[in-house]
Amino acid sequence: MAAGIRDKVAIIGMGCTKFGELWNKSPEDLMVDAFKELLEDAKIEKKDIQAAWQGGPEFTPGSVGDSALPLAQTLKLPFIPVTKVENMCASGSEAFRGACYAVASGACDIAMALGVEKLKDNGYGGLPEFSHYATIGTKHRIIGANQTAPGMFAMLATRYFNRYGISPQDGKKMLAAVSAKSHHNGALNPKAHLRREVTIEQIVNAPIVAWPLGLFDCCGVSDGAASAIVCRADMAKQFRSDPVYVKSLQIAATSGEEEMYTDYDYTHVETTTRAAARAYAEAGIKNARDEISMAEVHDCFSITEAVTMEDLQFSPRGKVMDDIMSGRFNLDGAQPVQPDGGLKCFGHPIGASGIRMIYEMYKQLQGKADKRQLKNPKYGLTHNLGGIPYRSVVSIVIVGN
Amino acid sequence: MVGITSYGAYIPLQRINRKVLANATGWSTSATSLPGEKAVANYDEDSVTMAVGASIDCLTGFDRNKVGGVYFATTTPPYREKQSAGIITTALDLRPDVRAADFADSVKAGTHALLAACDAVKAGSEKNMIVCAADCRLGRPGSAQEVIFGEAGAAFMVSDTDVIATLEGSYTLTYDFQDQWRADGEKFNRMWEDRWARDEGYTKFIPEAINGLLKKYKLNIKDFAKVIIPCIYLREHQGMAKALQLDEKQVQKEMLTTVGDTGTANSLIMLVAALEDAKPGDKILVTSYGNGADALFFQVTEHIEKAKNRRGIKKQLASRKELTNYDRYSSFRDIAPMEAGFRGEVGPTKVSMAWRERKVILALCGARCKRCGTPQYPYQRVCVNPKCGAIDEMEYYRFSDKKAKLFSYTSDSLAYSVSPPEMYGVVEFDGGGRFAFNLTDCEAESLAVDMPLEMTFRRKYVDNVRGIHGYFWKAMPPRA
Repeated sequence: MAAGIRDKVAIIGMGCTKFGELWNKSPEDLMVDAFKELLEDAKIEKKDIQAAWQGGPEFTPGSVGDSALPLAQTLKLPFIPVTKVENMCASGSEAFRGACYAVASGACDIAMALGVEKLKDNGYGGLPEFSHYATIGTKHRIIGANQTAPGMFAMLATRYFNRYGISPQDGKKMLAAVSAKSHHNGALNPKAHLRREVTIEQIVNAPIVAWPLGLFDCCGVSDGAASAIVCRADMAKQFRSDPVYVKSLQIAATSGEEEMYTDYDYTHVETTTRAAARAYAEAGIKNARDEISMAEVHDCFSITEAVTMEDLQFSPRGKVMDDIMSGRFNLDGAQPVQPDGGLKCFGHPIGASGIRMIYEMYKQLQGKADKRQLKNPKYGLTHNLGGIPYRSVVSIVIVGN
Repeated sequence: MVGITSYGAYIPLQRINRKVLANATGWSTSATSLPGEKAVANYDEDSVTMAVGASIDCLTGFDRNKVGGVYFATTTPPYREKQSAGIITTALDLRPDVRAADFADSVKAGTHALLAACDAVKAGSEKNMIVCAADCRLGRPGSAQEVIFGEAGAAFMVSDTDVIATLEGSYTLTYDFQDQWRADGEKFNRMWEDRWARDEGYTKFIPEAINGLLKKYKLNIKDFAKVIIPCIYLREHQGMAKALQLDEKQVQKEMLTTVGDTGTANSLIMLVAALEDAKPGDKILVTSYGNGADALFFQVTEHIEKAKNRRGIKKQLASRKELTNYDRYSSFRDIAPMEAGFRGEVGPTKVSMAWRERKVILALCGARCKRCGTPQYPYQRVCVNPKCGAIDEMEYYRFSDKKAKLFSYTSDSLAYSVSPPEMYGVVEFDGGGRFAFNLTDCEAESLAVDMPLEMTFRRKYVDNVRGIHGYFWKAMPPRA
């Protein structure tokens, strides 16, 4: 295996807007807000940035002519290389990876990644209709089932319950515990979209969106932006005493096997499993359940978080229910997950989410997570999933001191 | 010997009891006292999809490469200009070098298509012609037509070997008789007064055609085992039989009270029903009505026994679901469309792509790797089997006729559907291959992991802005 990214790149500044239904904020406003916080945090000037990557927005009608110019023009970046990247919901992480790779390669010393999404200009509850934003060709608009994100992830739950002999009632309770935990954490976070505790009963009894997933099994549909500035690891201490180091950056994109070949069991996400295994090797982690202190995972739906715990090797296959019900992933548990509220409550502006996850890990590692602060975290993991269970791209980022 | 070599039918799952119609519109008008129920196409069905369904039934056990043509009869084609028979030909995955034609504009077109196919075979021009007919005619809410009209399809194979019923003769009457009509661009049928249609139309033309046929071929009405008389008036159906001195057992049972008047398919679904019960040597007289009348004389052969493993009429009549909500029916038929919201908006269809991918989309063909044998959908140039990965070693592989089971599923209240919740699932085909499809003709509560499924050709969307009807396949629990 190649040497990998471990300890070659450091994060020296980050910014993240409040997420939510920000009717009065334009995508440009969100980019400026995330950029301002980043500059203040990193204590650098714009002229120090040598290259930039823009993640999202994903839901901009019409792909011809789409570019990174919104970022370059909005921030008045001075004719530096700026690139837009897209990998569905993993676009933010993809932008971060671009910046890190540029620095690691020696092509530049300081690079920026900024992810942004403005969902609430589309007029939809939930994500805009996929068929209008076909990601893998117009053919799929016709041959693909008329489906939505909650429905495609709901099929994970259907099969998971069936495979492990879990009754729909017990299964829904397990999923409710996932969401209740995130609501608890989100309520402690002033930047989160949804800041209200909810009970297991409320969650279980909420209207069904796509069986067996109900309203509270689905994440927030939000506007927001998040940004990161990275530099060569050996320079990091020039900028701050508490930089956060990149330990691993992995992305796995499906080959199509899960969708078209009959081996896929539909009770896990293969791209997560593959990316995680590579990430642990890159970061030198032997036992993820013991060594990863905390994680922000792609809990677009409660079931996604549940199976992700198994794919990340936090829980044994088929056993995540025990860990969920025993509170292992709660803020006061052995391995807190979604300390900032997750996609569920912090919200999910598609292009921004990957960097938002890293933002929480960064703050936690610096001891700046306020009421959500965990005790001495060592490794933080982010998991950012683009697509649907059988057609996905997953990014895993591991950061640490 | 030229005639029918196979038959098939498609009766949609849903039935609406005429009392439901009376309850819904009876406050306004008491249109007709016709009893029974009528078959109604689901929201994702139309004349083309029902013709495909009937043709698939008709093609049971037949090599599709041997089909020589498709004649389709309907008065309700999806397009005013664009051949429906071409959609059907592609959906059935037939060879492109076949004759295809639409027979339209009169409900007599069904029997006329059958005659034309027989003539083509007799002339030696073609063999193995599929003749299919289906209609989805609409009556205005509260009209007699709404009560009378039903929706179904029938299909026959016409050839000159292994014939199960030879066409022995025919007699046709063509009159510019206007009792029921629909002008270009109109959605609903119109009708002159009942007594006109009944007394000057049905009860004159049908006997005239029958008597013309008997005279032409020197036959006696008593020679026939079954006589098929289409009539939208139950009493006159019996009255004509009596006037023709038919025994009760000679009269093919009307389907007005079980399926309704299905337009071009009306006489033909009764012919399928007659063939289901026919014995070698039986003579069958089929009449059709519409701007005149046709009378066709068939003689059943010893091959009839080979053609009985069809879904046909009896099984599909028994496989039914009652639609008890008139509003749902009128929404399905776009009579009273419901709010669709942003998610109901249809984006543009790239017709160049649809043409390029016609085998994948309309014929549901994927690929099978010649190296490792893995079936895969949609068609791939690079094998999806991770242990293979062969490039360009593929052959087309048809999934539409494969049995399948449901690997996982959901019922989705967020996705737009004319009939929510939208249901879909991962469908795993017997013999290999898997893809996610919409599910239809089932209830969310009845879905279960591993339940058996089969594929059904459906209208997936209608783009009213650009005048496009998008067809694709869905999965459904097998009916009979």
